Amino acid sequence: MKKQKDISGSFESMMHRLEEIVESLEGGTVPLEQSLILYEEGVSLSKQCIDKLRASEIKLKQLSKDIEGNFELFDTKQE
Amino acid sequence: MSNQKTFTVSELTKRIKGVLETSFTNVSVEGEISNFKRHSSGHLYFTLKDEGAQISAVMWRGRATNLFFTPQDGMKVIAGGKISLYEPQGKYQIDVFQLQPRGVGELQIAFERLKQKLAGEGLFESDHKKPLPEYPERIGIITSPTGAALQDMLNILNRRFPSLDVILNPVKVQGEGASSEIALAIKEFNKFGNIDVLIIGRGGGSLEDLWAFNEEIVARAIYHSKIPIISAVGHEIDFTIADFVADLRAPTPSAAAELVVKDKLDIFENIRNFCYTMEQDLGNTIQSRKEKIASLIASYSFNRPKDLIQQNAQRIDELDRHLDQVINYKINILHERSNSLGKRLESLNPESVLERGYSIIYRSQDIISRANKLKSGDDIRIRFHDGEKTAAVS
Repeated sequence: MKKQKDISGSFESMMHRLEEIVESLEGGTVPLEQSLILYEEGVSLSKQCIDKLRASEIKLKQLSKDIEGNFELFDTKQE
Repeated sequence: MSNQKTFTVSELTKRIKGVLETSFTNVSVEGEISNFKRHSSGHLYFTLKDEGAQISAVMWRGRATNLFFTPQDGMKVIAGGKISLYEPQGKYQIDVFQLQPRGVGELQIAFERLKQKLAGEGLFESDHKKPLPEYPERIGIITSPTGAALQDMLNILNRRFPSLDVILNPVKVQGEGASSEIALAIKEFNKFGNIDVLIIGRGGGSLEDLWAFNEEIVARAIYHSKIPIISAVGHEIDFTIADFVADLRAPTPSAAAELVVKDKLDIFENIRNFCYTMEQDLGNTIQSRKEKIASLIASYSFNRPKDLIQQNAQRIDELDRHLDQVINYKINILHERSNSLGKRLESLNPESVLERGYSIIYRSQDIISRANKLKSGDDIRIRFHDGEKTAAVS
């Protein structure tokens, strides 16, 4: 499991990029070819965001320390 | 004097100790704390006093950990314990089993005092508050694992934004040791890292129940956290020191869950709007390019070449007409000349001679120009200007 968060793939960064694209397109100053590229990127980002939102349930874990003082995450049952 | 028994100091002290310690095995005393010290051993030393007197007090470590609050100088308390005498110094003191603030008012005073102190140190400055992530994906929660607050938060998080990892660091949220557990949990999360935002909190309760969140140790842990913290303690009306230091105060744990994530339905709606706007904008861009092209086609400069062609065509037409005129003129001249030539030719025509009364005589196809070429009986044709007649030579 990777510890470092993938910044480019975070929901936050995707939503912000999407907002950025919408703003650029709204300006109407972007050349047509660039507009088409931005539009495609925007559509693909919105699909990825919606996919993420389709998760059915949060994952609950508990932070604990092992004997050596290292952190561990335990799965916890949810009611 | 003489028949009185003389004690050694130790004997006398022992006697006093015996009297004191048997007479005051379980006393309750009300007084104000001063000279409060927490020894590194964990024992607490302080003085209880009122206007007329004072008494030393000690609270051993084992009992001190049972305190839900940290005693402060000036706090009026009710101490329960027994009197003991420390022989080496001949000092008596109260060995405190239980310590309670005299009333809620005392806690409120302590609250105000700590609040002022920490405010003075700048712990509540808005400059220090960290912005919360707009779309957190990993949320750390510091609360009781059995409390209703946790379930309330999980239910709301599940409903609003289920694409989440929630990591619980379970702690006691009231009673002895609660404040140090909470402070430690904050430090642990910071060491662990990889958490977007922390919620610390608990459900409602009395001021005593919530007191852990008014302790300095918690306030400082919140202040030093690198992870943004939402405090969510008790009900709407409850304000704690933690609320002032935290990056955001939520009125209740449920409210914290509402504040920390956006509702997925709203996000869906936003994304839908984004897509709609993008389509519109792209459509507009294409439309405006079309119009631009149309206006270019209609523009003067774009039509200049066509204009030149038209002008040249006109010039050609003009030249053409001119050429026609010249040619016609020439033709007319030639025509006139040919007319006059025609007249002159006409005058040379034999026909015109015939009109003047001359005739031509043919034998067969030959023209007879001499009389001696004809003999009697020859068939001849006489041509006049208006026709022919046949005749025989006599």
